[in-house]
Amino acid sequence: MKRIEEDFDIVVVGAGHAGCEAALAGARLGLNTIMFTVSVESIALMPCNPNIGGSSKGHLVRELDALGGEMGKNIDKTFIQSKMLNCSKGPAVHSLRAQADKQAYSNEMRKTLENQENLTIRQGEVTKLLVQDGRITGVETYSGAIYHCKAVVLCTGTYLKARCIYGDISNYTGPNGLQAANYLTDSLKELGIEMFRFKTGTPARIAGNTIDYSKMEEQFGDEKVVPFSFSTDPEDVQIPQKSCWLTYTNEETHKIIRDNLDRSPLYSGMIHGTGPRYCPSIEDKVVRFADKKRHQVFIEPEGEYTNEMYIGGMSSSLPEDVQKAMYHTVPGLEHAKIVKNAYAIEYDCINPRQLYPTLEFKKIQGLFSGGQFNGSSGYEEAAAQGLIAGINAAMEVKGQEQLILDRSEAYIGVLIDDLVTKENHEPYRMMTSRAEYRLLLRQDNADLRLRKKGWQVGLVDDATYQKILVKEQQIKDEIKRIENATIGGTPQVQQLLESLGSTPLKSGTTLAELIRRPELSYDAIQSIDPARPKLSRDVEEQVNINVKYDGYIRRQLKQVEQFKKLEEKKIPADLDYEKVGSLRLEAKQKLELYRPVSIGQASRISGVSPADISVLLVYLSH
Amino acid sequence: MEKTIAAISTAVSASGIGIVRISGEESMDVISRIYKSKGGKKDIRKAASHTIHYGYIYDGEELVDEVLVMIMKAPRTFTGEDTVEIDCHGGVYAMNRVLETVLKNGAKIAEPGEFTKRAFLNGRLDLSQAEAVMDVIQAKNQSALNCSMSQLKGSVKKVITQIRSELIYHIAYIESALDDPEHISLDGYPEQLLKVVKIQEKKMDHLIATASDGKMIREGIRTVILGKPNAGKSSMLNLLTGENRAIVTDIAGTTRDVLEEYINLHGITLKMADTAGIRQTEDVVEKIGVGKAKELAKDADLILYVVDSSTPLDENDHEIMKMLEGKKAIVLYNKTDLDPAVTTEDIRALVSHPVIPVSAKEETGIGELEEQIRKLFFQGEITFNDQVYITNARHKEALTDALASLKMVEQSIIDDMPEDFFSIDLMSAYESLGRIIGESVGEDLVNEIFSKFCMGK
Repeated sequence: MKRIEEDFDIVVVGAGHAGCEAALAGARLGLNTIMFTVSVESIALMPCNPNIGGSSKGHLVRELDALGGEMGKNIDKTFIQSKMLNCSKGPAVHSLRAQADKQAYSNEMRKTLENQENLTIRQGEVTKLLVQDGRITGVETYSGAIYHCKAVVLCTGTYLKARCIYGDISNYTGPNGLQAANYLTDSLKELGIEMFRFKTGTPARIAGNTIDYSKMEEQFGDEKVVPFSFSTDPEDVQIPQKSCWLTYTNEETHKIIRDNLDRSPLYSGMIHGTGPRYCPSIEDKVVRFADKKRHQVFIEPEGEYTNEMYIGGMSSSLPEDVQKAMYHTVPGLEHAKIVKNAYAIEYDCINPRQLYPTLEFKKIQGLFSGGQFNGSSGYEEAAAQGLIAGINAAMEVKGQEQLILDRSEAYIGVLIDDLVTKENHEPYRMMTSRAEYRLLLRQDNADLRLRKKGWQVGLVDDATYQKILVKEQQIKDEIKRIENATIGGTPQVQQLLESLGSTPLKSGTTLAELIRRPELSYDAIQSIDPARPKLSRDVEEQVNINVKYDGYIRRQLKQVEQFKKLEEKKIPADLDYEKVGSLRLEAKQKLELYRPVSIGQASRISGVSPADISVLLVYLSH
Repeated sequence: MEKTIAAISTAVSASGIGIVRISGEESMDVISRIYKSKGGKKDIRKAASHTIHYGYIYDGEELVDEVLVMIMKAPRTFTGEDTVEIDCHGGVYAMNRVLETVLKNGAKIAEPGEFTKRAFLNGRLDLSQAEAVMDVIQAKNQSALNCSMSQLKGSVKKVITQIRSELIYHIAYIESALDDPEHISLDGYPEQLLKVVKIQEKKMDHLIATASDGKMIREGIRTVILGKPNAGKSSMLNLLTGENRAIVTDIAGTTRDVLEEYINLHGITLKMADTAGIRQTEDVVEKIGVGKAKELAKDADLILYVVDSSTPLDENDHEIMKMLEGKKAIVLYNKTDLDPAVTTEDIRALVSHPVIPVSAKEETGIGELEEQIRKLFFQGEITFNDQVYITNARHKEALTDALASLKMVEQSIIDDMPEDFFSIDLMSAYESLGRIIGESVGEDLVNEIFSKFCMGK
């Protein structure tokens, strides 16, 4: 039989948010990369919510951007509304969220991929992984074509054996009616890879011209938009924005849902996959939070290309007729016409503990994976993993040191560490509470944290890296200056303090001490600081945050110091835990299963006690 | 930098001398904060390595103990780190006070087996000893864990669990508002949280006070009251319990627990026999016979022997006096309000134990009895299981850490800091309290967020 056989360095399976980042990273690092997708029209598709970012997810995008990823740049080119969330709270939890024009987002990403040197885009379904002696050697497609390669990155999203369900209707398709990938799971199982079945869902899309917006509250974007990407000129993102709308469910909505619960596939047992608790369907909310009289419903535009509106807060897998009745009870949606039904989707993914923190499979050298395939959820979580998997696939091919971000360096580090170290029973979503060092992991300093890493792997160019070094120095110098600049209670100073509702000075102090007062800031005291050099806005911001929250930041830095110690103690990959006497049985089994790369990672595995860690330390040192 | 650790490194017992050991980079700082030489001028930090210094340990202004301090600088020490050993007076109280002072001034309580572990990791032990070291660590941890769990009073565990569930609720509330600001608002929340924090602080203050008394732990001086029928045992008991209403705590659920079995004499807990409560124990000789009384007396740390001074000594008394041999006991010369049929001298001629005249009826002599018990206790004459105090020190440290974290939350609220700063220290408090009841954080927060707050798209 004649068939195509081609050679590549890296094969990426899937063209969603993880796949795009992985493919771009591989190609940009100079490796011959091919990206497979079941449909070229679905590149960088956003099959659920029409936005990028949000609390802690915004952090992921900024980090990814600092490392040289594409998502931030792409959303800056295609957003239709943008908001900095949590502005009234501390800088650590400020988070960007932008509404995307879905079509534009997809098109723009496709253009970037098409114009990328070293990158081939290929429509086709990968059905089999080719492995020899524990090493990946290539993939086979449905047509029988063979693509030899040195590394594979699996980013199959929700497509593996996907099934979409509402009521008693179920379709064996991927999201939005796209073709599912029905063969790869078997190939993975044959290779001894443990699979999970997860579930998620999406709300209906409604024709915008059938919505009565006068019954809803209009939600505007920020007046001054902050771009996601550190490379985007802030002037370029000051564009006219679209509005979102807020309305609420009511008792009538809830009654319809309660009356029809027996027809929900979730409650009838038709759906087996594990769904995410943070993204509950409206029927879940009504059941679990029965005392709540109403739930928020956000009406969000899908883009400029369509009048379809996304009904945020009301995802469901109830039958069509119930959906229609239920949506019609919501003020403003009384006469709404459904364009696309809400549905739940079930899909195969892996138990991610089979991965190293590099996102390479422990069992199969050269096989990497990212995104929902790894048991996460969300575009941003997917993109972040895709980037890391892509970078590490490239590093593997080049024989260079792989990139692992730890929990003190990035939300991406927290995300991956959680995935590969903790028991994961539902699609994993990033949350700010998962980051224990979040005062250090701010969205405003992602460039300072990660540009260097991006430059080291080769995704950030020299000029950009030089800029960050200059910025770092400017921040350092300015902090030093204001920590040492003393100031007395001159009439001008007292007058300013009084006007800002701050206690007048009784004795001399430093500018830094003034900035630390809750009601003051670096900006606020400019008029009494004549020696202040001219600095860029983002340098000033860093100075303000670092000085103002100095005490807290120092405390976290101290914690990080302790944390790093254990992270830096590496465990040999071939350690035989059976030989470590005195380890408790449970610890032995868990350690064998997870095979942590460091003592730090070992200490986070549930079932491994501090005493076990001490024992390991003693064992390793002899 | 490894944290500086400390522990009592001799058995906590009635021995004449005990050693509190400090190891780690800050050892010299810690000792310099609490040590005063006789003249008060010596800077212990400047002392040469491997030298011994006479002086005093002070907890602030308060003199804790007269001690010898051994200064040993790295690397020629057991652990390979800067080490200080404080030779203090033996006995539970003195040693524990010295350890407490050390902990208060910058050291952390050592994990079980930690000195040995450090010695090994710093190359101070032979490689062939690795296996043994690992066994020691595992074994010590197991026993410490068991002890810690079993010693913790049910009521204390209950309070800690309550505080923790209150804390995690509020952390989850803040965090869900941060994660989903459009669903959950924090307007006016700081004031509310401040109230909650203050209430929890109060509960913890109380627990710390009980920890200092040793009340936190389910242990006390095992005490038995003996005496022939009608000697006045039950009146004595009533008097003791009546005098000590302070034991009734303001924490719901603790009252019964404590009143039934424990009597507190100004910080010293007496555990009144093992039987199901004071009422049943009072007539132990009559009801369950001399046999049972003997058994109880044998296991007791302290025997209170009540003598009826208005009747002559009889065979019951002689029987009881035999039981006192080799035990710590106090003779209560009761009914001094009546005409004596036997004198204190008669009794002193028969037993070597202190004799205190009391009148249960007129409520006299109780002060002297308490004083006598305190004296025996502080001198290390009577004591109990040494693990217990170590456990208590660990619990207390965790409580103190948790309280410090809550104080920071309070400060952050007062300073008008943004809400996300609150949850950082709330979480630390939650973690510290978890150490006491042996629970780590794990997925607690995420679970709490999802179960209590409706969020998401």
